Formats: sequence, structure tokens, C-alpha cells
Amino acid sequence: MSILQRTACELVGSLRRGELSSAELTQACLDRIRAVDGQVGAFLRVDEQRALEQAEAIDQRRAKKQALGPLAGLPVAVKDVLCERGELTTCASRMLADFRPPYDSTVVAKLKAADAVLLGRTNMDEFAMGGSTENSAFQVTHNPWDLARTPGGSSGGSAACIAAGMTPLAIGTDTGGSIRQPAGLCGVVGMKPTYGRVSRYGLVAFASSLDQVGPMTHSVEDAALLVEVIAGHDPRDSTSLDEPVPQYSATVNEPLAGLRIGFAKEHFAEGLDAEVDQAVRAALEEYESLGAKVEEISLPHGKHGVATYYVIAPSEASSNLARYDGAHYGYRTDEQEMLIELAAQRKQLQAAGDQRGLDNLDSALVRMYRRTRAEGFGPEVKRRIMLGTYSLSAGYYDAYYLKALKVRRQIRQDYDRAFEKVDLIAGPITASPAFKLGEMTDDPLAMYLVDLYTVSANLAGIPGLCLPCGFTKAGLPIGLQLQARALDEERLLRGARMYEQATDWHKKRAPL
Amino acid sequence: MNEPYTTIIGLEVHVQLATASKLFCGCSTKFGAEPNTQTCPVCIGMPGTLPVMNLHAVELALRTAVALDCEIPPRTKWDRKQYYYPDLPKGYQISQYDLPMSHDGRLEISDTKGRFEPKTVRLIRAHLEEDAGKSLHDEAAGKGDSLIDLNRTGTPLLEIVTEPDLRSSAEAAVFLRELRLLLTYIAVSDCNMQEGSLRVDANINLHIDTAAGKVATPIVEVKNMNSFRAVERALDCEAPRQYREWQETRRVLGQSPKQTRGWDDAAGVTRAQRSKEESSDYRYFPDPDLNPVSFTAEEISRARGSLGELPATLRQRLEGEYSLPAYDADVLVNQGRPVVAYFLAVADDCHDGKVAANWITQDVLRVLKKRNLSIDELPVSSSAIAEMIVRIKSGELPAARARDVFQAMVDTGVDVGQAMSALGIASVDDSELVALCQHIVAANPKVAADVRGGKAQAIGALVGQAKKSNPNVNPNRVREICLELIGAQD
Repeated sequence: MSILQRTACELVGSLRRGELSSAELTQACLDRIRAVDGQVGAFLRVDEQRALEQAEAIDQRRAKKQALGPLAGLPVAVKDVLCERGELTTCASRMLADFRPPYDSTVVAKLKAADAVLLGRTNMDEFAMGGSTENSAFQVTHNPWDLARTPGGSSGGSAACIAAGMTPLAIGTDTGGSIRQPAGLCGVVGMKPTYGRVSRYGLVAFASSLDQVGPMTHSVEDAALLVEVIAGHDPRDSTSLDEPVPQYSATVNEPLAGLRIGFAKEHFAEGLDAEVDQAVRAALEEYESLGAKVEEISLPHGKHGVATYYVIAPSEASSNLARYDGAHYGYRTDEQEMLIELAAQRKQLQAAGDQRGLDNLDSALVRMYRRTRAEGFGPEVKRRIMLGTYSLSAGYYDAYYLKALKVRRQIRQDYDRAFEKVDLIAGPITASPAFKLGEMTDDPLAMYLVDLYTVSANLAGIPGLCLPCGFTKAGLPIGLQLQARALDEERLLRGARMYEQATDWHKKRAPL
Repeated sequence: MNEPYTTIIGLEVHVQLATASKLFCGCSTKFGAEPNTQTCPVCIGMPGTLPVMNLHAVELALRTAVALDCEIPPRTKWDRKQYYYPDLPKGYQISQYDLPMSHDGRLEISDTKGRFEPKTVRLIRAHLEEDAGKSLHDEAAGKGDSLIDLNRTGTPLLEIVTEPDLRSSAEAAVFLRELRLLLTYIAVSDCNMQEGSLRVDANINLHIDTAAGKVATPIVEVKNMNSFRAVERALDCEAPRQYREWQETRRVLGQSPKQTRGWDDAAGVTRAQRSKEESSDYRYFPDPDLNPVSFTAEEISRARGSLGELPATLRQRLEGEYSLPAYDADVLVNQGRPVVAYFLAVADDCHDGKVAANWITQDVLRVLKKRNLSIDELPVSSSAIAEMIVRIKSGELPAARARDVFQAMVDTGVDVGQAMSALGIASVDDSELVALCQHIVAANPKVAADVRGGKAQAIGALVGQAKKSNPNVNPNRVREICLELIGAQD
């Protein structure tokens, strides 16, 4: 497994110099997947033949000295929420179990154009709703560092496949922390770019004003390489930012002089695990030793982040998921069974002389909708659709949705003020390391509170990154979160890389 | 019309904007294609797709808004209106809720038939939204099968909502005709009702005078009216129906939920539709996929500058500058901008608006109608007609032959000179005419005597003989000369 311990940047060099072929690398990934994914469950689908064909085609082009893209020959795993033409894109939902989009998402198109090898699709919480990947309709994903524990979520499959050395690169999506949190729990690097930095076209929407696509990798350097490929303006996404994409990979290794790092006092309050607290504080000290100025700041509205997020995200989700109604594509209930059910109910009401019941009996269309959605969505998705529907309903809109928008503005202003004083904000990614699978499935509120440190970056639209900063005594990874100003990914990556170069945490691999 | 009530009507008009492509994707908006051939992942709402605003639709909407004297707010946004229906594939319609792109406009209406006094109809708002698809219900099969055509899904619509300022079906019909005229003048829509480019819903109720004071009946929304005529008939039918219902139930506004009734054109009645939909909560919220828009003062003034002269202004100008009767001005303006341009060219060339208007409203329009031509297809140019009018006025072309000449010009596309030569029309000079009349009067002593004896109409026989002898003679001039000659013999 030696080549799989190397970073993407190292591998890309070997590929370029001809020391390694893409077919060899891809085969090594496939072998590793065969060997360990039975235990981890990171991938929903792996298309071995297609991956090898792509790899061989790239090797041939390289042999002919043809121009190749920046990811030429590197395997990439993609979260199953990004559309690829003609390929299953399920969002880990029964609703889309058979859905093959007739178009490429912009991110997948950019990966193809960069000559990446598309290895397969990774598991996730259904429609990216969750923080443990347990909400997948298809399988459970296990944390490679401790198979009894969660890899986090919703991009748990992408985090786990990096941590288990199944692929050097993976793509995740982050609506409230879904890249950064699993990166933290799996000891890998994950980055959520600025909202609008990466196109959302073809990303199956969960919460449109919060969703972003980002890289999940072994190192910050690798994250720079991958985000550079997928970022950029897209005329098909009106919310994508029309700003040039700096060449992050060219500058990522340059340390920042005079770096000012802030830590929010609110992030080190009650509830923070002692080992996590210690590791994050040690990281701050490391920055000081690297010449950074570290100072305390305040993000006073951050404590309302989770509440705000769980109004806005479900509201948008309730609307975005309305299209899954069984009429045009995706899962539809068994119509024969449905008609029999309806007829039986009608007969029963007629026999009872219940005219009111008959008047209120569903039409076949409405019953089709009800059954399709009841059968096609899992419990967490339904819970969020109900939360969002409630928040947007007449009479509740002002008290919930509108109020949440106002708090969102306050949270953004907190960051604006903080970034007048500091360049980066550092802190924990979660209050505790990876929890046990099944530990929180009966307590949705506790599960929502796991997002405490991550949702604010989505609400403010700023970039955030998580990188390894230590391990618990039990051997579980601890993540350090860094946040930066909107569109300041370059500084975020360089700042993170400074720490990475000074430490060895990212070089550790899960003992599988 | 002495009903014991006043009819209160407000209209909601949906107008398809004349863009080549849909509001949020590149699909064609052309009418009549095979079902589901003008669709793409975006307009059928597939997972992950995103809307991108068609700026031409925004431009047409803005042009309409300024033409309707609407106020344009500094910022407008797009909202999702959410409901479930198979012809709405996203489960929501992208529309505008609390910040429409325009509001508080107006349209003046008046009736040449004098059925009502000229009035200003206030417009609450005009906003941009996307159309839904079409559901085709297979009722014959009895199984309730439905087919969905998504070609129309995502077509840009402008929804124009009036205040309840209309007081009769006639006012509603005139308002709609004036609105359609304005929209075609500014070229934002073809307003073809048969193809659904213009659709009308009406909200109607009654204010009834009772001994206890004025009461209002519950508001009814009437749908499914497929022509202006249908709107008139539906409203004429709905008002007395509401009165009868009130007499039976005494139910007033607020005592029953707003009802929707569909117009059955064949049966000539409105029928209640399922009222279950009425209680729907659309859960509007701002569409996070689309950015709010701010119109600059420059954009608004550019839109205003692009309008050209609007029907109301044109009518005034034709009455003022060209001295046309209101009726003629109305007929011309209602024909649309190209006919008015044609008229203006003729009138300016021949320096006689009234005569130009007569020729166009009578002869030209008759030809266009008979041959199903547009004014641009008429083989007679405006300068040719103007030249013809000049010759008639100078006497060079005898008025009596003018229609023949016009017909020849229409048939063969020649100019007035060529038509006159082809018909052998040459003007007859006065001395020649006097000689001819002397000859005829001398040859018809009995007629002359009858005329002198008071039978003035007997002179017609002499005019007839003169025309027979030379078809180019001006019969009025012959009459004058003969009368003079007969009088001279006294």
C-alpha cells in the first residue's frame, strides 16, 4: 500500500515523470477498495472497468506526449450527489435509486476535463442531510480509525475513503459542515470554499443558499490542487462568483509572514472535549511558534448558528425536494397497490355513510404523491421537509424564516468585524471526536448540535477548512478548523499548509 | 341597465412575452411543437439544475411596465410559489411575491360606442414569472389517465393585475382590447388568445343597495375564458347569478371563502370548481438560485425611450394634428402601428388627413380584409395613394373614377399615372367641357324645359349623356355647366 500513502501532489509528480502509470495507481486504489471497503462501506458504487479504461487512455495520451489536464491520471471519488451524464446519481436515497441524469454537473465536467480518473461514488447521508452518514438509504459507512464509530457526515463516504487510503482525492459537499466535520472525524483535510466559488450546477440541491462543493484530501497541498480545478465562474449558476481563480497550488507552500490568527472565546466554552480543547490550543501555540500573532476574538451570534441553520436549510430543502413527487422521474409508489388501497378506503367510507370522509379522501394523484414521498424518503429527510414546510407556512414565516435571515446577517457581521482584526479564525471542528454509530440516531437534536462549529461559515458564505491537529488517547483524529474572509482561499490554504508542514498529523494513516 | 347593484370587476391578465427562448433556459418558446420536444433538464426541473434569467424577458417586462405607467422599485427579486401539480415539475413556480418588478400603473380606457365614460383603470402590479406545462386529461378513457406536455414550462409570463376598477363587462372588454393593443404596439407579445399568449381571469362581485345600506357579495374568480367575447359573456352571466344567489342566501363578502368558477362557453354558464384548492398556502420565499435585480435609472429611461408613440397619444395626435374625428382616429390606431404609420405617410404627403383617413379606413382596410393582407403586403405604397389623392383634389383625376383607379393600382401595383392611362382617364379641360354641354343642352330641349319648370332631377339625363360621350368628365362640373346653360336660356 506504499503508493497509497503518498499525497496526490507526490503522485502527480510520479505520473508526470513516468515512474508510475495511472493504470497502476488506479489498480492499486481498486485493490485497496476490494480489500478494505467491505469493512468501511465508503463507496456506493465502483466501476472498476471504466476507471481502468480512463486510466489507460490517459497513460496512452501521456505516452504520445499529448497535453494533459492538471489531475491527469489521479483517481477521484465523487460524493453521490453530483450529477454525471448517464451514470447513477442517487443522493443515497431510495427516491433516486435508479436516477441517471442526462447531463454532467459542472464539477464532474471539470474533473473530466482535468483528466481525473472517476473511481466511483461515495456514500452520504440521504440528500446530504445528516452528520454521520447513517441516513444513507443504502449502507452504513464506518470510520477507518475505529470501525464502530461514525466517519461523520454527510460526506462520510468521501472522508472515509481518503482516510482508508482507497483514493488520493475525493469530492464532498458542505451545507452546514458536511465536508469539514467528516474530515475532522476521519483525520483528513476537507475544505468548503466561499459560497459561489464552485458551481452548484448539477449538484443536487439540499439548501441552495448554503451548498458548496469542495475537496477532501490527505494534505492541504492536495486540497489546493483539487479546488483549483473545480472552482470558477459558471454561467449556468447565477450564484457562482465571476472572479478569477488564483493558482492556489503555486502558492500553497509559501508561508504567510505576519499572519494574524483569531480564536473565538465562544468556541472554547462548556461542552468542548478536554482532549480536543488541548489539541486545538496546542495548534494555536504551534502557530505562535511559526511567527503568527494569535489573539482572542468574539463571534457573539455564533451560538444562534445551529438554530438559524435549522430554519433556513430545511426551509430551502422543503422547496428543493418538492420535485421528487413520482410524476416525472425517480421512485414512484406501486400504482396498482395504491388504487386498490384507495378503492378499499372508499368502500369502507361508503359503507359507514361517512360523507365527510369521502369528501376528504385523496384523489389518485394526491395519494400517489403521498405514498411516493412516504416510501421514497427516509426519516431524517422527512423531518427536515416538515421543519421547513412549517417555517415557511403562512403565519410562521416572519417568526421563523424571516427571523433566521436576520440572525444570519448578524452572524455575517460578526465575521466582518472579526476579519478587521485577524486574517484567519482557528478553532475546533467538533466538540468531540467521532461518536459511536447508532449513538445519536434516536436523538436528532443532539445530532444537530454537532454542527455547532461548522454552520456559521455556511451562513456567512465564507471559506472554511479542516485539517488534522492531533489524536485522542484512544487514537481518534482531532480536527482543526480554519476560516477566512470570502474569496480568501489562497490565504486559508497557505495558512493551513504552514501548520501542516510543521506537523506530522496528516501523515498518519488509519490502521486498517 | 337598471340593476339594483353595481358590478365590481378586477382582472388578472397573463401575457406570454415574445422571447425566442424560455425564462430560465435556452429552449424554444415556439407554439405548436410536438409535446415534450422543447424541453431540457433545466425547464423540466431535474435534480441539480439551476435557472439562469433570460435578460431579454426582463427587458420586455420592463418595457411593458413603463408603458403601463408603472412605478419601478429600486430592487426586485424572484420568489418560489409552491404547490404540487404534475405540470409543475419543480414543485414550485418561480414568480414574484412581495417585491414585484413594477407596481401602481394605469391604463386609460374609453368607448367610442359611448357605453361608459372614459376612465382610468389602476394597475396593482405587473410581475414576471414562468409558465407551467399543460395537462391533457384523458377523460374518455375513464381511467383518469393524464398526459403532461412540458413544452410551455418556463415560458416567460407577465402577470398584470388591475384594481377592481371595472364596472361592467363592456369596460372589461374595452380594457382588454386596449391592453392588447398597447402590448402589440410595444412588441412585447403576440397576444394570441387561441395559442394562450394572453389569458384572462376575472374577479367579480356585486355591491348591492339594500334598505340597510350597501352590501358586497363574496368575490368569485372566473377562469377558462378563451376570448374577449367569452370574458364579456361570462361576466354578463356571472353578475346576475351572484344577485340571484344573494337573494337566496343573503350571504355577503367574508361569509364564504373565495370561490373559483369556470366559464363553460358552450353552455353559457359559470360552474363552481373544486374549492379545496382555495385554502392553499403557497409558502412563498425568495428563490436562492436567482439574484435580486436592480434597474438603473438609465435602464428605465432606455426602456421608456424604446416605446415609440403609444395608442392613446397617437389617437390624440390624429385628432389634433390631422383633424380626424375621434371615431376615425380610433379605427386607425386600433389597426396597429403599421397602419397608423401608413396613414401618417399618406396624410403628410397629400396634406389632407381627413381624405387620407377616409381612403384608408374605407378602401384600404376593405382590401386588406378581403385579401387577408397586412399593410406591408399591400401593393399600393403610401406615396402612391397620396399622389392619387393629390390628383383627385386638383381635379386631374375625376372623383368618380378614383375608385377604379385605386382598384387598378391594387390589382396591378402600378402608380396613379399608369393606372389613369390604362383606364384612359385624362382630365377634360373646361372649354372642352362647356362645348360638350352646349351640344347636349341644345340636343335635349325637353329636358332643359323640365329643369326650368322645376324638375331639377331631370338634369341627371344630361349628365349621363355627357359621361357616355366622355367617361372622363367630372359629373358635378357637367351638372354645374348645364344648369348655368339652361338658366342662361331664360
